[in-house]
Amino acid sequence: MSDLNDIAVVGAGPAGGNAALVAAQSGARVVMLDEQPAPGGQVWRGKTASILLAPVTPETTAGNGLRSALSESAATHLADTRVWDILRNGDHWSLQILRNGATEQITCRSLILATGAREYVQPIPGWTTPGVIGLAGATSLFKQTLSLPGKRTVVSGTGPLVFFVASEIRRLGGEVAAVITPNTRADWARATPSMIGQPKLLARGALWMADLILARVPILWGHAVSEVEGRDHVTGIKTINLKRGVAGLSFATDSLCLGNGLIAQIEAAQMLGAAIRYDPSLGGWVPVADPDGATKVDGLYLCGDGCGIRGAAAAALQGTLAGARAARDLGFSAPSPPVRPWQRAERFGRAMTALSIPHADAHALTTQDTIVCRCESLSRRDISTEITTGATSTNAVKSGKRAGMGPCGGKYCQTAIAALIAEQTDKSTSDVPPPTPRPPLRPVPLGQAAGDFDYDDLPIPKPAPL
Amino acid sequence: MIRLVPNHATRIKRSETVTFTFDSEPVQGHLGETLVAALMRAGHLNLREAPNDSAPRGAFCCMGLCQECAVIVDGQVVEACRTVVSADLVVERA
Repeated sequence: MSDLNDIAVVGAGPAGGNAALVAAQSGARVVMLDEQPAPGGQVWRGKTASILLAPVTPETTAGNGLRSALSESAATHLADTRVWDILRNGDHWSLQILRNGATEQITCRSLILATGAREYVQPIPGWTTPGVIGLAGATSLFKQTLSLPGKRTVVSGTGPLVFFVASEIRRLGGEVAAVITPNTRADWARATPSMIGQPKLLARGALWMADLILARVPILWGHAVSEVEGRDHVTGIKTINLKRGVAGLSFATDSLCLGNGLIAQIEAAQMLGAAIRYDPSLGGWVPVADPDGATKVDGLYLCGDGCGIRGAAAAALQGTLAGARAARDLGFSAPSPPVRPWQRAERFGRAMTALSIPHADAHALTTQDTIVCRCESLSRRDISTEITTGATSTNAVKSGKRAGMGPCGGKYCQTAIAALIAEQTDKSTSDVPPPTPRPPLRPVPLGQAAGDFDYDDLPIPKPAPL
Repeated sequence: MIRLVPNHATRIKRSETVTFTFDSEPVQGHLGETLVAALMRAGHLNLREAPNDSAPRGAFCCMGLCQECAVIVDGQVVEACRTVVSADLVVERA
């Protein structure tokens, strides 16, 4: 695998998959690296081998389409592969990857990052209790194994995802105890004009809501989960009416799906020198890239949710744009796809992202004793004390308290920590960027990073003469 | 009651069940599914203790990022959400 590729694509979701397809069609030598066993990303995730037969969903159809196109494509797909470091070496990129339990190096002339999104979950008391999973995390269970998070589940969070998750739980035979969303009906009414351009998606969302109403599942608009009860597993939840600031209904439940929108996974792009900017309607901090993925960094292209949360439809279109652009820049002949369809899809995606981002009052849900950094079990009080003593950047809180140095690498605490810094130092969130990303981009077992070696082969310099 | 979202549970066909152990206790799971799905179905939500306050933790992000579902298989720390169920798999708490 030491041969030089023309283009390496990181991520095999709608964006990365389509970028690889288009680039390979142009004749470029393309390698696509992805963490999952099959292409599809989070949104079109493939099923595990345990599912022999299942009714087809729109996500299955879209994913199967991408998977079959890629299997016929000349692009090489490396599955179950984690990219943990990327370096510029002269005129090419070197990617350190972890595959089959060993580290390898992949080299390429141009690099397309399609690193997708992760989820933001506002820390609330008890959110570390076993039985609380992310909203997007729940969709991963549904798509891979068609399994449920529990027998009776509360689904809480922002944007359309909360209704998709509730609907999937019902489709898979589970019980939804309640849907709790900080969004109000007025928020949805305001978003509707931007949704007209995507009538199929609009109709699907309306069906999810109508089904829940017919099934008499309580939907608490303008509410949030304020506390999770239970010690070694979830037994119930409490809610708060966000507008009036008073307690809402409580529910007995064995599981909670909780999420506050998606955030772009920008670490790799940021590490390679892409400029970042703050745009709430794209999910927060995003790298700067043209619609066709080009950046100011030579040989670096970005596409999909990893450069702003615009949704799967926009990601697939931008993958095509970026794949063609990267191939053309290397001298291959690739068509210039129109940008209009991406712009239309982007409008819908931004409206959904705006519905999904946490409300300004969400941070009040994180009480002083609430764990903010899950890896190091640091509470809001721990973080706030550090900020008070002068740690006024995410980097400073990280080096002072280790918040961001645990196994997750800061993926689940940095957004909340930045909000705390902004609040305590009277800054705007747009003035508190995420910490400087450092490799490894993904956790690497030390033995695998070191690879096979013999201690006797280690060069030991001669001791200095006395 | 009218359902707009049909219940598909009975239309899903899964692979054979196999037995593996979690913390020396036998657990049933479908061959090839993720460990996290099998453990959740069996009610094993509490997978590990957090390092600093020993509080119980379980699967959270379900996509290989948060490391909350870390367990030990064959002496290696692995994510239960990225590990596949097979017969006689021995899974220990991390």
